[in-house]
Amino acid sequence: MTPEGDLLHVVTRDAISAPRRAMGRLLIWGSFGLLVLVAALQALDVAGQIGLGLPNWRPTLYAYGFWATCLCIGQVVLKGEQGKRLVFVLPAALFTVAMVVFPLVFGLTIAFTDWNLASLTGRRFNGIDNMAQMWADPFYWNAMGNMVLYVAAILVEYAIAFGLALLLAAEIRARRFFRVAFLLPLMLSPVAVSWMIGKSMLEARFGPLARLARWMGWDSPSFFGSPEIARITIMVMDAWTFIPLMMIMLLAGLQAIPRELTEAARVDGAGPWKTFWEVTFPLMLPVSVTAILIRIIFKLKLADIVINVTAGGPGGATDTVTSFIFREYRDRSNVGYGTLLAIVYLVLIVIAMTVLMKLADRLTRPRT
Amino acid sequence: MTDAAPIFRDSPADRAFRPRWWLGRTAVYVVLAGWALVCLFPIYWTATTSFKMAPNVMQGHLVPFVDYHPAWLGWRSLGLSPDTIGAESTVRAEFLKRFRNSAVISLAASALAVVLGSLAAYGLSRFSYRFGPMRNADISFFFLSQLILPPVVLALPFLVLYKELALLDSRVGLILLYTLTVLPIVIWIMRDQFASIPTELEEAALVDGLSVWGAFLTIILPIAAPGMVAAFILSLVLTWNEYFFAALLTSTNAVTLPVMVASQTGSQGISWWSMAALSFAAILPLILVGILLERYIVKGMAAGAVK
Repeated sequence: MTPEGDLLHVVTRDAISAPRRAMGRLLIWGSFGLLVLVAALQALDVAGQIGLGLPNWRPTLYAYGFWATCLCIGQVVLKGEQGKRLVFVLPAALFTVAMVVFPLVFGLTIAFTDWNLASLTGRRFNGIDNMAQMWADPFYWNAMGNMVLYVAAILVEYAIAFGLALLLAAEIRARRFFRVAFLLPLMLSPVAVSWMIGKSMLEARFGPLARLARWMGWDSPSFFGSPEIARITIMVMDAWTFIPLMMIMLLAGLQAIPRELTEAARVDGAGPWKTFWEVTFPLMLPVSVTAILIRIIFKLKLADIVINVTAGGPGGATDTVTSFIFREYRDRSNVGYGTLLAIVYLVLIVIAMTVLMKLADRLTRPRT
Repeated sequence: MTDAAPIFRDSPADRAFRPRWWLGRTAVYVVLAGWALVCLFPIYWTATTSFKMAPNVMQGHLVPFVDYHPAWLGWRSLGLSPDTIGAESTVRAEFLKRFRNSAVISLAASALAVVLGSLAAYGLSRFSYRFGPMRNADISFFFLSQLILPPVVLALPFLVLYKELALLDSRVGLILLYTLTVLPIVIWIMRDQFASIPTELEEAALVDGLSVWGAFLTIILPIAAPGMVAAFILSLVLTWNEYFFAALLTSTNAVTLPVMVASQTGSQGISWWSMAALSFAAILPLILVGILLERYIVKGMAAGAVK
């Protein structure tokens, strides 16, 4: 994944004195002790063992921040030059660990409970009941199936994006105008887009696209009536916003191809069609794979448009997993079950992405 | 003088009228114009609809001043039309509050992500680390893999955690969360930016007596600034438009613009002019950013995609 770039070699002679070393250790472990102490006191407070009357867990958060700061300073005190290097990566690492690992572990503990915010009983461990419920939930698997379809649509988006990138890379006038125009959909908020296109332009009576459809001979255009058409409409709207993303990556790839290669192909007598398939396309393979993988990642998060345009309808036909879980939480306050669904989704995504990346790796490896 | 054939001249084949070439050019421009229409029409439609009145909407008028006479109806409902701009308006106050929230949250989150991400990316592109079994490649992968994490997995745990931390419905809470979501993208862009800067620059600086951090801050940062701008803008786009977390984690104080737009969508019925005005006001800042800073956006994504 990462090319090991040429590393900066610096020879330093750090003579860290024993007192300085001790101070560094004290700083790190002292602040860590403080963090543990604060967290333990708060836990006891919540359990009702001691009465501190703290309104929330903020003190623990502050203690974590203090420990993280002390850890960074302590590294420099303790290790000198080596520590200064660590401080480049440590803040981001501590931040990500705090923001991802902790909630994920916490999410796992919620996922196996029957926690419903609307019920009075609170949180109770219920083993694999949620699993069984998930297994028998047709709407969840329906949403999964939709995701497969939505992801499959990326191939069409890719073809369009590639075409547009080729056009933009060709010698055309007003290139900057076209580039800005083609880029703009990416800048728009999906929520605004779902009103602009989904709710007004596609509105059956007065929307301009509905008028266009009527003019072209579709008597009663309804873009969200039948499941198939609704799904395609959602796909088109999502494609509209995200084609620029792929297009720009592909454009960058096209501009990085040395002109000599295509010229050499032309001198050798290859027509434009052959030049594209024999020279341009193979050279673009790594960029294409990156663009498609990034696009898949964004597609798997698709929710805003679905939530705001169809709310999953008709009959769950356009649901994505995210929008389904969103409603599971929003309408039914089913925190435990919703979290389990999300975690199963995560596991499936991780498996699928790993397989895809392995395949992509094999695909882009230079063939000899 | 002119009767001798010039030495440099176009061959007759080049000077002749080439129908195929002209046909190709025309086709290219037709496709380009067509797609530009596809991209720009929804924006045009929203902008013009905000100046329409009910009959204009019903009759499908498209071109202002030709088909219909523009009215300030939509902007009046937001309190932003010329005749209401001086008067008190609760809607405008509401809108401006959302707008401020969105601006503060997205700017702060992007800035924080660029700072954290640039530092990490620089470290990863220059030094070899070892955290237990994790080497550089693993650490990079750890950061980038956060991109795969779907927001829905974090949403519910964060809801509960933020409640305990009293961060629910607060700007700080959203800023932290948004920083997390854009951090992998920043690292992804910046890592390639730094990798393309030769290490000789820092070596020279180190020989001249600067420390590692001194070399980074005074030599490398100015060179990498365009890449940082690109990463910042991309983060800004993603955080300004984010809806999912904002809808779940805010209720009154920290509501952002997309949540406001979404909450108005259902209630307005056919009074499109006010929805159009609201939508257009919500997308306008990023349209301007897109037009003015397009070069940086393209550059940033190019850096990430082409190794």
